[in-house]
Amino acid sequence: MDMRPAFPAGEARRAARGGALLSGPILRRAALDAFTKLDPRRLVRNPVIFVTEVVAILVTILAIRALALGQPWAFQASIALWLWLTVLFATFAEAVAEGRGRAQADSLRRARTETQAKLLLRSDDRALWQPRAATELRVGDLVLVEAGDLIPSDGEVAEGIASVNEAAVTGESAPVIRESGGDRSAVTGGTLVVSDWIVVRITAAPGSTFLDRMIGLVEGAARQKTPNEIALDILLAGMTIIFLIAVASLVGLASWNGQPPSVAVLAALLVTLIPTTIGGLLSAIGIAGMDRLVRFNVLATSGRAVEAAGDVDVLLLDKTGTITLGNRQAAGFMPVPGVTERDVAEAAVLSSLADETPEGRSILAFARERFGIDAPALPEDARVIPFTAQTRISGLDLPSGSYRKGAVDALLRSLGGEAPAEMRAAVDRIARAGGTPLAVARNGQLLGAIELKDIVKTGMRARFDALRRMGIRTVMVTGDNRLTAAAIAAEAGVDDFIAEATPEDKLAYIRKAQAEGRLVAMAGDGTNDAPALAQADVGLAMQTGTQAAREAGNMVDLDSDPTKLIEVVEIGKQLLITRGALTTFSIANDVAKYFAILPAIFVASYPELGALNVMGLATPESAILSAVIFNALIIVALVPLALRGVRYVPVGAAALLRRNLLIYGLGGIAAPFVGIKIIDVIISLLGLV
Amino acid sequence: MTLIGWAQIALVLGAIVAAAIPLARYIAAVATGHVTFLAPVERAIYAVGGIDPARGMDWKAYTLAMLATNLTGFLALYALLRLQGVLPLNPQGFDGVPPWLAFNTAISFVTNTNWQAYSGESAMSYLSQMAGLSVQNFLSAATGIALAFALCRAFAGGGLKALGNFWADVVRIILYLLLPLALVVGLAFVAMGMPQTLAPYVEATTLEGATQTIPLGPVAFQIAIKHLGTNGGGFFGVNSAHPFEGPSALATALQIWSHQVIPFALALAFGHIVGDPRQGRALLGVMLAFVVAGTWIVYAAEAAGNPLHIAAGVDPVLGNMEGKEVRFGQALVALFTATTTGASNGAVNAMFDSFTPLGGLVPLFLIQLGELLPGGVGSGLYGMLVLVLLAVFVAGLMVGRTPEYLGKKVQAREIKLAMLAVLVLPAVILGFTAVAVVLPMAASSIQEQGPHGLTEILYAYASATGNNGSAFGGLTADTPWMNTTLGIAMALGRYAYIVPMMAIAGSIAAKPKLAASSGTFPTHGPLFAGLLAGVILILGGLQFMPALALGPVAEHFVLAAGKTF
Repeated sequence: MDMRPAFPAGEARRAARGGALLSGPILRRAALDAFTKLDPRRLVRNPVIFVTEVVAILVTILAIRALALGQPWAFQASIALWLWLTVLFATFAEAVAEGRGRAQADSLRRARTETQAKLLLRSDDRALWQPRAATELRVGDLVLVEAGDLIPSDGEVAEGIASVNEAAVTGESAPVIRESGGDRSAVTGGTLVVSDWIVVRITAAPGSTFLDRMIGLVEGAARQKTPNEIALDILLAGMTIIFLIAVASLVGLASWNGQPPSVAVLAALLVTLIPTTIGGLLSAIGIAGMDRLVRFNVLATSGRAVEAAGDVDVLLLDKTGTITLGNRQAAGFMPVPGVTERDVAEAAVLSSLADETPEGRSILAFARERFGIDAPALPEDARVIPFTAQTRISGLDLPSGSYRKGAVDALLRSLGGEAPAEMRAAVDRIARAGGTPLAVARNGQLLGAIELKDIVKTGMRARFDALRRMGIRTVMVTGDNRLTAAAIAAEAGVDDFIAEATPEDKLAYIRKAQAEGRLVAMAGDGTNDAPALAQADVGLAMQTGTQAAREAGNMVDLDSDPTKLIEVVEIGKQLLITRGALTTFSIANDVAKYFAILPAIFVASYPELGALNVMGLATPESAILSAVIFNALIIVALVPLALRGVRYVPVGAAALLRRNLLIYGLGGIAAPFVGIKIIDVIISLLGLV
Repeated sequence: MTLIGWAQIALVLGAIVAAAIPLARYIAAVATGHVTFLAPVERAIYAVGGIDPARGMDWKAYTLAMLATNLTGFLALYALLRLQGVLPLNPQGFDGVPPWLAFNTAISFVTNTNWQAYSGESAMSYLSQMAGLSVQNFLSAATGIALAFALCRAFAGGGLKALGNFWADVVRIILYLLLPLALVVGLAFVAMGMPQTLAPYVEATTLEGATQTIPLGPVAFQIAIKHLGTNGGGFFGVNSAHPFEGPSALATALQIWSHQVIPFALALAFGHIVGDPRQGRALLGVMLAFVVAGTWIVYAAEAAGNPLHIAAGVDPVLGNMEGKEVRFGQALVALFTATTTGASNGAVNAMFDSFTPLGGLVPLFLIQLGELLPGGVGSGLYGMLVLVLLAVFVAGLMVGRTPEYLGKKVQAREIKLAMLAVLVLPAVILGFTAVAVVLPMAASSIQEQGPHGLTEILYAYASATGNNGSAFGGLTADTPWMNTTLGIAMALGRYAYIVPMMAIAGSIAAKPKLAASSGTFPTHGPLFAGLLAGVILILGGLQFMPALALGPVAEHFVLAAGKTF
């Protein structure tokens, strides 16, 4: 029986988040992997790099032949060498991206249990079990998990309650409660029961548990090309064919007036023209994007979901816990005429001494902050009047007097008599502002009201403004009435809200938005969120949520923080931007390469075409070689950018496009002019050609 | 270049844009079935043809209907040309057209290319000109516009299956757009001095006492549709340079107006049909910019003249006037050249073969960019939209969303089809040209040595594949090899492009139309126009740069160095 404690994989992942992009071991392993990836059967999945490899093989054969025949071979050999390096740099980029995921997968794999599970033979008898390997468990089996046991597979708590350390998957070491029924019934294989016991009904077949999926994802093993990636691949393959035609036709065209260029030169022209830069980095970009999400403790079930996140234009956010702090907090004291604010505060503090609810604590905190009133310890002779759903009043009886607080109507009724007009006005004002009023009384006499408010988390308004600039509407979902909801919505700065929301309302809102042609993202954790999570284009389920919610969503947040939906959107956008930017850069590069290579290859037929050599490259050979070298080195130079992603700034699409076109479009045209010239100067100085 | 020259250019372009704006609204109304003033005629045609205009066709049915119509047109025209010797309206008694030439000519007119390996006045009967070539001038133009309508509708709606009814579209386009415009323009041409007669050619005795045959014919109305439909096939061999086909500078200006106004209006009509006129204006802006740039380069290059002539003592003031009509001058020739090649028209009023290398580079490059600036009627718009999809796909990613255009996601299927479509041009042009220069049977058609010879053959295949139809010159085109390969190039350039384009239309139509937000890639305004222009230039340039470097670019530098071949 495996009794190892939970593994700090999650913590390692968290630590890695801020860590260096590349580390020594990853690079060493990647350098080796780069060679194994040269296998043409694997490389054929990447048409651009595959063509490069075929051309490299061809030129290598020609160089060897020239050597054997005693012909000049050095130029062909240098071209061949740099073509091979181009292929290697591309496979290296992919290997590095995979290596970063593999480090995480290894630590996760250690958490995957080779546990012996306690398989219950009868559902009603916990004492009767037999050991069974976790890998042989079937869906529907019942297993007993006791304190110190690892949970053998994913499942739902059928019976019992236990605290579970889920650090293996979430990285959060504080135990969480798992119990049967309700929204906290899902357990994850590989997590550790710390106290008590539970009976778990297995819901995942061996090999397809949450942990298995996670390992597959971070490792890139289960990686399938995403829709956008496939489309981009087709574009790149198409461009490759176009350049094949353009270069192959030169054999005929150039023979009209002189000799066609040699195969090595045509090979160099072809490889520099086809989009090797983006072709070499494309899969690394995809793996790195997924990896960013995992480091962010969000697991997507598919790359498709990550891309969809970039497209989202409506964000459904629950009010409580997402937009506001979880609980209402005291925000003001409003006395009736003849009473001071301080009197109300003191009475409120005394009436709340025994109130352990967050609201009660917040009254004490607010009174201390506002009036410096330190709450005394609960006197031993105090009689506590507890809150009940019937009375809706709570308080204390002390020798010095009785103190009560409670719902306004309930307290007034118990006091008898009318509230003064000022009191009624204050209560009204509080309700309109989205708060909850409580009445306070001392010795049967009304003192005033306490204002309890939903406190909007700091910085939410700014984030919603940023989202709006990105073109994303935020919608607050709350069970509050319209009046309260409208007030909080205004304070938080959301674009719309759904008040008195039922799960059906959420689903209906999502369907309506989708019918208008919008893509919707939402976060949820309860079983009743599942239909909406499934309907939404991006459904972010909370790790603490139910199995149903986790199955319905297409992402799971291991930190169970619904505000992370915003970052998920940004990560999705960043992934797409990085792809687009490097594609644009790659194609724009070709302009300069033409100016380097065309005069070089045609100068024999038409010496006057030397006028096109605007970079003033030393010799035709050095010009061709410089372009090939630049083409190879730019892949390595851009690996960090591909892994890190292009910086995303939350501005409107027009501004973003202008900025990125300037950097990657115009930059892509200009950069190789400089780069090729520098390389040409260096290889001329070294006398390489 | 002179101020008066630029004033001419500005005046003609201004008249085109001014007319395109209202015409665009009218075309959009025709496309959406809101023009009905000839409803009885329409109904009669539908009754005779057994057409139900309300029956929607999906992309396959629409494409098949188009292919069937075009195939029928090809066969009918081929038969007519072969049999013209025994048919009436043949006052000069021309024989039937030989098979290779008839094959080439029939494809040429059905595909809206109007490449002419013959001279009309010495090969075509009046019946062939009127019932054969002119009919196809209307039909091929209507075909292009109908296909563009189908693509516009695909972008306009969401979740559509049907793209419209091909037969009804063609009938309406001819009835409401092409015929009325051709009637007005044709009458204007008659007024400007073009013949419109069925009388035989006139025998005249010159002042020196020699006998001269002056060809006549039903010219004016055929020239009207030749330009309005961006067909370009001249009544006479020398096309718009002929005194009866281009009688005056004014007639030339009206011809330029005629072959530009519908393509420009279609770009704007696209904006109206999709419900956002700014989209159309962005496309028009790109088209116009290329036309102006092309005109400017031709004008500048020709006005600068040939350095060898100047060295030999020719007055440089006039520039290079070889192959140009003095009646038109440099400015109108430059504008005519850029517009006729940018618009896939192919009419010419000067000899490209006599242009300076850079002046000749412009028409060649404008064709190679894909005939979308503004392109042929209809074909220019759909060609442009395919390029828009590619531009949006690459650059659209840079705003962080999967790319979309007008609320339609651009995904793998569209990209695959768009790449298939854009592959046609380089594959056919470069493939045939490369074969032609090494194959003695083909190379013997090339009359010039050196880079100029390469330009001639490259231009021929570009013109055929781009469905332009203009000839650079200096090429013996009426040989079995050239007639066959150019015919194949024309068919591939037209239909191998149309089929994937229509598949895109089908795929786009079926997609839901997504709502725009400030996070959506903006496809109007100068930024997008600049991006689109850049993509067109770079994509086209990258494909043809090596070939151009060996042709006109090499010739330019060689000429500057004073070398000849």
